[in-house]
Amino acid sequence: MKQDINSPFRNPKDVEELSKAIRYITTQEWNIMEICGGQTHALAKYGIEDMLPSEIRLIHGPGCPVCVTPVSVIDNAVMLSMQPDVCLCTFGDMMRVPGTCDDLLSAKAQGGRVKMVYSPLDALRFAEENPRLQVVFFAIGFETTLPIYALTILEACRRKIKNFSILPALVSVPPAMEALLSDPENIIDGFLAAGHVCAVTGMQEYRLLSNQWQVPIAVTGFEPSDLLYGIFLCVSRLESGKIGVDNAYSRIVGFSGNMSALRDITQVFDRADQEWRGLGVLRNSGFKINEKYKQYDAVKRFQLKQKQPVPDRCEAGKILSGKIMPYECPLFCKECFPEHPLGAPMVSSEGVCSAYYRYKRNNYDKNQSYTNLSVAHNRL
Amino acid sequence: MIKTNPTQICPLPITDYEQIMLAHGGGGKLTQRMIEQLFFPAFNNEYLGQEHDGAVIPVREGRLAVTTDSFVVNPIIFPGGNIGDLAINGTVNDLACCGAVPMYLTASFILEEGFSMADLKRIVDTMSIAARKAGVKIVTGDTKVVEKGKGDGIYINTSGIGIVPDGIDISPMNAVPGDVVIVSGLIGQHGITVLSTRDSLGFETEIKSDTAPLNGMISDLLAAVPEVHVLRDPTRGGVSATLNEIARKAQVTIEIDEALLPVGKQVSAACDLLGLDPLCVANEGIVLVFVPESQSEKAIEVLRNNIWGRNAAVVGRVSAKGHGTVTLKTLYGGCRIVDVISGEQLPRIC
Repeated sequence: MKQDINSPFRNPKDVEELSKAIRYITTQEWNIMEICGGQTHALAKYGIEDMLPSEIRLIHGPGCPVCVTPVSVIDNAVMLSMQPDVCLCTFGDMMRVPGTCDDLLSAKAQGGRVKMVYSPLDALRFAEENPRLQVVFFAIGFETTLPIYALTILEACRRKIKNFSILPALVSVPPAMEALLSDPENIIDGFLAAGHVCAVTGMQEYRLLSNQWQVPIAVTGFEPSDLLYGIFLCVSRLESGKIGVDNAYSRIVGFSGNMSALRDITQVFDRADQEWRGLGVLRNSGFKINEKYKQYDAVKRFQLKQKQPVPDRCEAGKILSGKIMPYECPLFCKECFPEHPLGAPMVSSEGVCSAYYRYKRNNYDKNQSYTNLSVAHNRL
Repeated sequence: MIKTNPTQICPLPITDYEQIMLAHGGGGKLTQRMIEQLFFPAFNNEYLGQEHDGAVIPVREGRLAVTTDSFVVNPIIFPGGNIGDLAINGTVNDLACCGAVPMYLTASFILEEGFSMADLKRIVDTMSIAARKAGVKIVTGDTKVVEKGKGDGIYINTSGIGIVPDGIDISPMNAVPGDVVIVSGLIGQHGITVLSTRDSLGFETEIKSDTAPLNGMISDLLAAVPEVHVLRDPTRGGVSATLNEIARKAQVTIEIDEALLPVGKQVSAACDLLGLDPLCVANEGIVLVFVPESQSEKAIEVLRNNIWGRNAAVVGRVSAKGHGTVTLKTLYGGCRIVDVISGEQLPRIC
């Protein structure tokens, strides 16, 4: 890690040129949705929206895996962590996402065994080192993280590690895009597809989607130049009427994706219907562990039941489908803060409400006094 | 592990342990022995040598600055230092940021049964060296031992006393519109070093903690630029938490410029990878300085002449009276809020 490989894509001059080019070609109003929560945060963090013409409205999509993980799965994770002899491992993002009653951090404080890891392979190693514990990895994510889960299960099988399983909440991007497009109230004119997802899956599914729904899609990265280039390509298509798929992230994404990652995914997972928090159950929009590797499925191992979702006050569904912006939610900055989230989009580092809160809340409520920020931080 | 001699038959009490035993905190002979053989030689000075219930130290005229701090870092040894460096430098820097000349420190150790005696010696030796470098004396202390499993190896508390010279008035309340904000060094070095050393993350960097005693540099600064308004070391919560605290206390708006922030390439890359903001990452060897704009060049010159201030840079300004907000001008001319993190920074999934 000797040099910042992204630095060429943060060059202010290039960014300015791309911004000018977008202004030059834009003649009418367009609603463009960036799918990925990472992109939403990058847009807010770098102030990219300030560089766009007023005709372009960015809508922030459902591409934060933490945000769309169903409450019932979080409840199961919390319940498992409280079982004797079970250790629940997961990524840092998932620790503070509220379930029906508790999040995993609270479960940990109450004596639950919860371990934050950076890779499921670390959880597997932990299982190997602690044969008396049942180690469950709470696996959330899109196609980006799917290959590492597949690899971990294949590794567990190869190393004959039997005290390891996965609690899955795994989702696929294209079915969610299709659900958004088929909504009669849909207002999306074009998409920025998530570059890292496409690095795994390739672009074939997106081409089919674009043809079927006559919507332009630009596969886009996460640096300022990447984001503006993706927007530029999308607007170019919309302005010219020549609908299709562009690759604005060609240094990472190939048309066919990562064949070896796809092979591992197919080996371990089958497509399945999946519930998305806020959006409901979408057909074929998720992945489940297949019959061959079912012994690694925590749902089966612990005979977990999926409870009916309890309606909550969070407007995640409307926000993640672009029907309202975070600041239009009546709870935003009034009852819902990162310190007291009422829904996942306010928790995750990729959540859209968290992005608006962290970087832009002053733009929408200048008179609000954010006293919750006044918590004095103890000095070191 | 106990050192035994197989030929020894007389069951004399064993006193030479390689690990901390509960009896080391019992107040008996083992405690006494540890104090005499480990702490006294390392921290040797006339006040500690009084062997009293507390240290009796002469009082000078002027104002006293007092601070206390507890250190629970995990891992206890990391590139660039260990918990002992932090325990001395942290308290010294807190005193220096009050405008004080740090003088005397106390040191309390909470040790877990089974903790390695060799590691304890290493930490105590480090504290001795750090105290000498900072020009402070450890004048009294305490040791307690908790049962195995009821601590995390070692916790250290240090308290400190310093003298604030006449004419020096440093306080977060003093930040006023027209001040510039200076950062004395690269940000985020300590936090990323500690994160990268934790097993659970397991990525490698060549970054070292920036832990350092800043009292010498701050003393030079105050001698050359007596109009310094605010000094703060942005430790836990990073630069963003400290700036927000100052903005709120002084009821001002602080604007910083992303292009001017000194961030090392490795910290920047690690933060990108983990989804962290360098502004929210902990530091242990830098100070934020607020001075009137007319004094900023002189302040930068003095800081850069010091080994710990070579990367000092003006990063922003106090723009107006306000409601205690901190904003950042992005590299591309946009503007965003600089927020305080909610709880611990959690690495992201993708």
